[in-house]
Amino acid sequence: MIAASSFIAPSIDWFALTPLLILLGGGLILLISAALTPRWPKHLYASSTIAIAIATVVVACVQWGHISETGPKFLVGDSLSYDHFSVFGIITICVALIAASMVTDDFVRREGMDGPEIYGLYLMAAIGGIVMVMSNDLIVLFLGLETLSISLYVLAASNRKRSASQEAGIKYFVLGGFSSAFFLYGIALIYGGTGSTNFNKILVAFDSVPLHRKDSIVLVGVALLLVGLGFKVAAVPFHFWTPDVYQGAPTPVTAFMASVGKTAAFAAMFRVLVIALPNWKDDWRPVVWVLAVLSLAVGSISAVVQTDVKRMLAYSSISHAGFILIGLEAAGHTGASAGRGMPSSMLYLALYAAMVIGTFAIVSVVARTGDASTDLGSFRGLAQARPILALALTVFLLAQAGVPLTSGFIAKFGVIQAATDQHSYAIAVIAMVSAVIAAFLYLRILINVWMAPAESGDDAREPVRVPMFSGVAMALCLAFTLYVGFNPGWFIDASNKVVEIAVPGIVGG
Amino acid sequence: MIASILAETDVTSGRFPLLTALVLVPALGAIVVATMSKRRPEWVKLTAILFSVFVGAVSLWMLASFKTSSADFQFVSKHEWIRAWGISWHLGVDGISLFLVVLTAVLFPLAIVGVDPHHDEKPYLAWLLLLEAGVMGSFLSLDLFLFFVFFEIVLVPMYFLIGGWGYDKRVYAATKFFLYTMIGSAFMLVGIAATVVLARGSVGHITFDLVELATKSTFAASTGRWLFFAFAIAFAVKVPMFPLHTWLPDAHTEAPTAGSVVLAGVMLKLGTYGFLRFGLYLFPQAARNSRAIFLTLAVIGILYGAIAATMQKDLKRLVAYSSIAHLGFIVLGTFAMTLQSISGGVLQMINHGVSTGALFLLVGMIYERRHTREISALKGLQSVAPVFAAAFTIVMLSSIGVPGLNGFVGEFLVLIGSFLTARWWTVVAATGVILAALYLLWAYQRVFHGEPDDDNKSFAELRWKEGMVLLPFIAAIVFCGVYPKPMLDRIQPSVKALISHISDKTGYVEPQPTSQSEGAQP
Repeated sequence: MIAASSFIAPSIDWFALTPLLILLGGGLILLISAALTPRWPKHLYASSTIAIAIATVVVACVQWGHISETGPKFLVGDSLSYDHFSVFGIITICVALIAASMVTDDFVRREGMDGPEIYGLYLMAAIGGIVMVMSNDLIVLFLGLETLSISLYVLAASNRKRSASQEAGIKYFVLGGFSSAFFLYGIALIYGGTGSTNFNKILVAFDSVPLHRKDSIVLVGVALLLVGLGFKVAAVPFHFWTPDVYQGAPTPVTAFMASVGKTAAFAAMFRVLVIALPNWKDDWRPVVWVLAVLSLAVGSISAVVQTDVKRMLAYSSISHAGFILIGLEAAGHTGASAGRGMPSSMLYLALYAAMVIGTFAIVSVVARTGDASTDLGSFRGLAQARPILALALTVFLLAQAGVPLTSGFIAKFGVIQAATDQHSYAIAVIAMVSAVIAAFLYLRILINVWMAPAESGDDAREPVRVPMFSGVAMALCLAFTLYVGFNPGWFIDASNKVVEIAVPGIVGG
Repeated sequence: MIASILAETDVTSGRFPLLTALVLVPALGAIVVATMSKRRPEWVKLTAILFSVFVGAVSLWMLASFKTSSADFQFVSKHEWIRAWGISWHLGVDGISLFLVVLTAVLFPLAIVGVDPHHDEKPYLAWLLLLEAGVMGSFLSLDLFLFFVFFEIVLVPMYFLIGGWGYDKRVYAATKFFLYTMIGSAFMLVGIAATVVLARGSVGHITFDLVELATKSTFAASTGRWLFFAFAIAFAVKVPMFPLHTWLPDAHTEAPTAGSVVLAGVMLKLGTYGFLRFGLYLFPQAARNSRAIFLTLAVIGILYGAIAATMQKDLKRLVAYSSIAHLGFIVLGTFAMTLQSISGGVLQMINHGVSTGALFLLVGMIYERRHTREISALKGLQSVAPVFAAAFTIVMLSSIGVPGLNGFVGEFLVLIGSFLTARWWTVVAATGVILAALYLLWAYQRVFHGEPDDDNKSFAELRWKEGMVLLPFIAAIVFCGVYPKPMLDRIQPSVKALISHISDKTGYVEPQPTSQSEGAQP
């Protein structure tokens, strides 16, 4: 038992924590003031959320420069990391939050459920995600994971008028609870094996603890952590929740899950496996290889036979997870502070976030009132009715397929390069072949958009409307997707900095 | 990068980034056309024509100022693009790509002027111009990454052209085309990434530059073979070589006429050009070691394409299969690796583009008039449309390879060149020349000879505008057939350089015939 007098509070660098504080403070103020005041005018809930997120992005950009000057360090008793990896993740999450909020605004007003709750949950989820990205301790990581997950469970069920949404929420909650339990038990075993939950101590434990006795405990712990994280990133075989939840959840929430949720979960995976457990990399790398190959194959092949676009995109997100896992596998050869594995995966996550939000923004407006018209037939004739929207969707889908001059190609080429750098040719070939299979799925959507003849009853459908906020979100994502496709140098340079992580012993908090 | 490209332009000294313009002007044209109002379709079409004619003019200017006896890359434009990955915007043209670039630049305006898409003209023209930019970029790129970008981007406009303006089974054909080609490129992408990583040791740094990689890199024999095959799959699909050819008859038959013209005229050459520029140049040892495979597949392609063409009931499908046979000759010449065979192959790429492009135009004109391409439904056209029949005859004879027309020069050079190093393959391939005569003459006989029945009596004669479009093709057919020297003079220095590069890298000695006159002019 710790006596009160012997407890030494860690010194806290408040500036480094500003992104979390802005989101937390902003979120609480939003929820409380909205609860105490009558209904706000339209756009205002979303605009306040966007303002909070923009403030966070600005601070994060300042921090990026600050870290370049002063170097990375640890915060709050070595439990959080303050480095380029963290800031890259923060910016990705907050920009995704901005775009998703824009899409959500139009959605909730169309469905008649405007209110502050969904935005409050977005902000809480983003905080959880950022804690995961920054974590340097398994317990802290778990706190972030739960904050993110619980917000997402509620968000998935937030469309009270659709039973599919309720079902998605329950399904996600039950399965997510299981995966959290696995993860927590993994933490316990790692603690038992190495004597700490702190990444820095786990790292040095390999040399100091007589591990031959406890190695098996650590290995089981690593395996359980992989199960928990594999569930969150939706890697096969832990993916079964994804199609149902992506399809059932309100479309903007799906966009949020696919961008923020994936970024946070993958960043956590890198933190745990590459930064905390590099000494066991020969043990976890083959597992990651298998997860990657299964995700690529199952994701792309299952996507082809679907008839619902949201379900297709859910499977395609599984195949994208496979691509990102390739970067993790490559990082498993080199460790954290070298190689292209980590930069290429973080690059992929940031670029994928823009593509997937853009895609789901279009799906959301095509889904029309009720959020239910997401089968392939709903996209029929879109090119005649809304040619610019159709063109935007085409760019997003081709980007997801990895066609050059879009950001999707840069993302794919990055991980393929990372893999070939480590002579993992087999996985690179498997990835590209499955990308072709996945391309068939995007073509199926495009065929309906551009080439399918109108059928009887099509005229009776509600016309597709593109409200302003959604339009802006789409335009931003589109501009980013194309600009990075044409001029990716600056973004690659930025992502290459994420390997400069804080190293225990050299710098301290 | 954009700033440095602009800095290349210097009005006072007359410096102008020719090759960059060849790639970017059509792309710009596509954007302009796409943003124009569709209420004035004639303005849209005029804009598209102006852009494509401008590109054609630039290409002719480039042809005129091309240094004939030089084997180096000319008009080189090199700018850093993605520094972190060692990728640059590196364009250049040499004898091997020169005429392909000119052919591309000339074929597009003719295809735009000569073919009426019947609906949605604006997106159709925008896609065509984008396609031109992609094809141009592929022929001009001297950077592996840049080449891949263009090689792959070509699929998108072609997919929409086939899918949007094609015939009955267009969606199936477009999807098949896209996926088939993409799976080939998938291997090439991994091959490119692996080549760059593996060459880092011998080159000294990460670079995607073709010339630097080709001259400095050395690969172990087994590594080189795998890398070569990764590239070769992509090119073999594109050519297409037997047994990866099944996308071609569908794509060709279902594509709109302009699509078929471009597909046959220049896009298939991306494969054969790729073999020369990237296969043989980067991996000479591996290409030499595996030449038996490619020679055999080429010869199978020649015979199979010809026999399959004989059996076709659809005139357009017949021309499509004949392409497989003709492209087989080019691959044969490429892998026979002598000066004559490779030069003949390069020449044959141009000839095939001209002849088959014109054949597809003619078949398109028949379809416009009769709304069928079934050979059995056509009869006796010669007596109702003699000028049309005459044009068809010239083009057909050129495709058969009759002496005096362009087809003969290329095929003959390929055969005499290949005979030195690949004797028995050449002997078998030569029968393909006879088969070409068989299927084309037989088709001609069924379509044009005899008495026209009632359906064919009203077959309209060649119109003035159609004649104007066909005239450049026929002029090229006759000119190259009678006087191919100007072309060979420009092609051969680069081919010589390629062969000496192969000799340097692998110790290959090109066999010389005992008494050989320069070239082979009919």
